[in-house]
Amino acid sequence: MSTPTAVALEDAKVAFRLGDGRVYTAVEKAHLAVAQGEFVAIVGPTGCGKSTLLNVAAGLLKPAAGSVSIFDRPLAGLNREAGYLFQADALFPWKTALDNVAIGLEIKGTPRSEALPRAQQWLTSVGLGAFANRYPHMLSGGQRKRVALAQVLIRDPKILLMDEPFGPLDAQTRQVMGNLLLDLWSADRKAVLFVTHDLEEAIALADRVVIMSAGPSSRIIGDWKVTLPRPRDIFEVRLDKEFHALHREIWSVLKDEVMKGYAQSTQAAEAV
Amino acid sequence: MSRPTLFALQVLVAVVCIVLWQVLSTVPVFGKILLPPFFFSNPLDVFSQIVKWFVSGVIWKHLGITLAESILAFVIGSLGGVLVGFWFARQPLVAAVFDPYVKMVNALPRVVLAPIFALWLGLGIWSKVALGVTLVFFIVFFNVYQGVKEVSRTVLDNGRMLGMSERQLMQHVYWPSALSWMFSSLHTSVGFAVVGAVVGEYLGSAAGLGYLIQQAEGVFDVAGVFAGMFVLSAFVILIDYGVTLVERRLLVWRPTASDGRG
Repeated sequence: MSTPTAVALEDAKVAFRLGDGRVYTAVEKAHLAVAQGEFVAIVGPTGCGKSTLLNVAAGLLKPAAGSVSIFDRPLAGLNREAGYLFQADALFPWKTALDNVAIGLEIKGTPRSEALPRAQQWLTSVGLGAFANRYPHMLSGGQRKRVALAQVLIRDPKILLMDEPFGPLDAQTRQVMGNLLLDLWSADRKAVLFVTHDLEEAIALADRVVIMSAGPSSRIIGDWKVTLPRPRDIFEVRLDKEFHALHREIWSVLKDEVMKGYAQSTQAAEAV
Repeated sequence: MSRPTLFALQVLVAVVCIVLWQVLSTVPVFGKILLPPFFFSNPLDVFSQIVKWFVSGVIWKHLGITLAESILAFVIGSLGGVLVGFWFARQPLVAAVFDPYVKMVNALPRVVLAPIFALWLGLGIWSKVALGVTLVFFIVFFNVYQGVKEVSRTVLDNGRMLGMSERQLMQHVYWPSALSWMFSSLHTSVGFAVVGAVVGEYLGSAAGLGYLIQQAEGVFDVAGVFAGMFVLSAFVILIDYGVTLVERRLLVWRPTASDGRG
């Protein structure tokens, strides 16, 4: 096997110091490798620290122990190879859709006259060619996600980190966005680390599904290969027999963790 | 409601008030004039005073001076507010050290500063500008400070992940955010610039709308006082309209209240 490893977390541990001086361990000994061109989805119950793990891969958080390597080089500071798609709205509200996409290039020093036409092309490829002059607040949630996707992809990062990017969207829009993502991804197959709490979404999109246990001190407790053929259509793939078998298998493991996570969050609420 | 109807209703309110004022100050009700002319003058006198000012042209000089003072106060106060607001927001230690003093000075009624400014800067326009600046500065300062501190965490992280340097974050994230907060207080700060100018003039000057009103009061010329107040109101409304136009251009990216997302 000679495919290089795009993201490698080795025994990564993430801990936070709480306000009262105690230390809260979010993630314990996470071991995860994403090969170049591989689409990996991380699924886990709410509060299991899956977004935390993603932030470690992005360099936004430093692991308390263990190491992070990007293309076999230890990560120091922010991960410059990665594009990050946030769960919350992260577009610059004072820029038009076009400027929001172009900024990714302008930062690198691309002249504006060159950045704008390319931004327009990207807007067109996410289906928003006619919305270039809209400001984010004039776009729907799904349209904002499309702009955000174009904003990240125009920089052509080698790695895509996605933190429940379609979480705030309604079910139908999510599926449409999922198909759009697969379309764009199949063009050059970047390494993708996709965090979601939706197991169906994970199986439909990914090559591998990784399951995390309920927090605190959550660990990676399962790793499944998804061998459904590509190109996939998210609407169709959900009807596939193999999809169902895999879903049942993973869910049998995930279910316990979801229940644990739920119990913990309700206990915590009662304690307050 | 359609715009013409609304406008008609707005005019109606003015007409009713003025007619009532005119009637009550000239026609006796049960043998008694309810609004004695000595205290209340009457609309006709006030109007003729205003016309006289504009026909003779004396008003332009006073308007010009008040306008100049307001603009200077606004520009200097805003500039100071933006700079110090940015500085404090980016340097929490500085902000913490100066915090009690900022609060102290801001709690001070600015009117008491007027005599001191007159002493320091004389009776010309600069003592009025200084008074306006102390008012405008704090409004802009607090808004910019808030604006820089409350930049959305996600938007900042996004900027970083897109590869922005500190300088680029300043230019593309902090600055627009601070400006939007500053512009949201534009009406207030421009209003206060005018207040500073007029109050300063009122307390001691040789020209300006405040001076005009104060002079009329000095000789119990009630018509003159009212005329001065009306000219001042019209002046402020015009400025406010100008601000609205500027705002509309600069804040196109912001959702308006009618979008329901405030």
